Amino acid sequence: MRLGISRVVLAVCALCLSQLVRADEILVAVAANFTDASRELAALFTDTTGHRARLSYGSTGKLYAQIEHGAPFDVFLAADRQRPALAEQNGLAVTGSRFTYARGKLVLWSPHPDAFEDGEIYLNQAPTTPLAIANPRTAPYGLAARQTLESLTLWTTWQPRLVRGDSIAQAFQFVATGNAGAGFVALSQVSAWPDPVGSMWPVPETLYQPIEQQAVLLTRAQHNPVARAWLQFLRSEPAQAVIRRYGYATDSPNDADG
Amino acid sequence: MSAEWQAIWLTLKLATVTTAILLIVATPLAWWLARSRHWLCQPLAAVVAMPLVLPPTVLGFYLLILMAPSGPVGQLTQSLGLGTLPFTFEGLVVASVIYSLPFAVQPLQAAFSGLSERMLEAASTLRASPLDRFFSVVLPLARPGLLTATVLTFAHTIGEFGVVLMIGGNIPGETKVLSVAIYDHVETLEYARAHWLAGGMVAFAFLVLLSLYLINGRLGGHGLKP
Repeated sequence: MRLGISRVVLAVCALCLSQLVRADEILVAVAANFTDASRELAALFTDTTGHRARLSYGSTGKLYAQIEHGAPFDVFLAADRQRPALAEQNGLAVTGSRFTYARGKLVLWSPHPDAFEDGEIYLNQAPTTPLAIANPRTAPYGLAARQTLESLTLWTTWQPRLVRGDSIAQAFQFVATGNAGAGFVALSQVSAWPDPVGSMWPVPETLYQPIEQQAVLLTRAQHNPVARAWLQFLRSEPAQAVIRRYGYATDSPNDADG
Repeated sequence: MSAEWQAIWLTLKLATVTTAILLIVATPLAWWLARSRHWLCQPLAAVVAMPLVLPPTVLGFYLLILMAPSGPVGQLTQSLGLGTLPFTFEGLVVASVIYSLPFAVQPLQAAFSGLSERMLEAASTLRASPLDRFFSVVLPLARPGLLTATVLTFAHTIGEFGVVLMIGGNIPGETKVLSVAIYDHVETLEYARAHWLAGGMVAFAFLVLLSLYLINGRLGGHGLKP
């Protein structure tokens, strides 16, 4: 029995020690649309620097609410510029650390190849199946979807058939499982989807406000070199190349400060 | 405030419909589980209790796949001309019936198995038919269990969240129930409105349970314990 207890104590010590060794690990709050890209970026970050970035996903609005309540995040990768700016204003983020790491693109998507050719024509038909969007109040891509439907004066037409995902990830999942006929999702999600067959209509960028996805260093990590290294890494050309490959636009390195 | 009232009304409607369906379904099921010695009793009791153990996400995930247009349940509902269930009130009812099933069955089962055999024998010597025995002897004697089942099912459905979030699609007036409305308010930092609803639910839960305990105490029956 005594041996058993000492073993437990030893194990706990080992665990604490491993936590200490992991001091070069940061926790990053990632907007749901950036899930796949950030996963690849985190692996690349570990390869190049030896540091580790652990990722936590959610809608931008939800993550912001968590940060405001002291969630232990070091860096916030949002899907808009409003929340990072708000974090700066409210002293939750380090002033001047904010920059645009990706520009998002909104698409109308369905996994069925014959669902539509021109999304605008599809949207102008009488709604027969649910249309998935992310919750416009918490998810920037949901807001962009709402702006798109409003620009096309179709918001009220589709209103009864709209299903709102908790984040853009859930909106995508509603479409991918076939429960919604189509949905407004992020191009990055379609890029990461293993099955390339389907219908996709890139929404003209005149129909919605630009989706400027900004990163910001959070106050609790202001003296954390790993967090700063991660932000530095995001601006690096290899990282930006990964981000572009997932279907985002990036700023040229010279005007990276957004 | 009309959006709030809409969510409250929808939630009450969902809980009422679910409770009504569950009482009809759970009563014979509980009776059978309580009285039969069939080998299927234990496996079935385990299945009934599963929603207590499984996370709502498991239920939501499988319902979403089963009820999708290409899923088996989805194909069935479509061929019956009912359309598909996700993102509809009917879909929430189906999910709630499954999710709250143990809360209806278990109190009833406990009440039924506590009935004395002699009462039933006495009734049958008076030539009461099985159905007659059930309605005029069993149900009145099992009243505390029936009350507990009703109240718990109702209250548990009111408090449902995870499954609704996964298959509801957050549609005002159709699937946006109270718990989802509160979640929405919290996520968008509208704390005043969140407090209004959340505080109301705390008070509601306390009052419901208090009256259940008071009434059951007076009836002297089995309380919440199975």
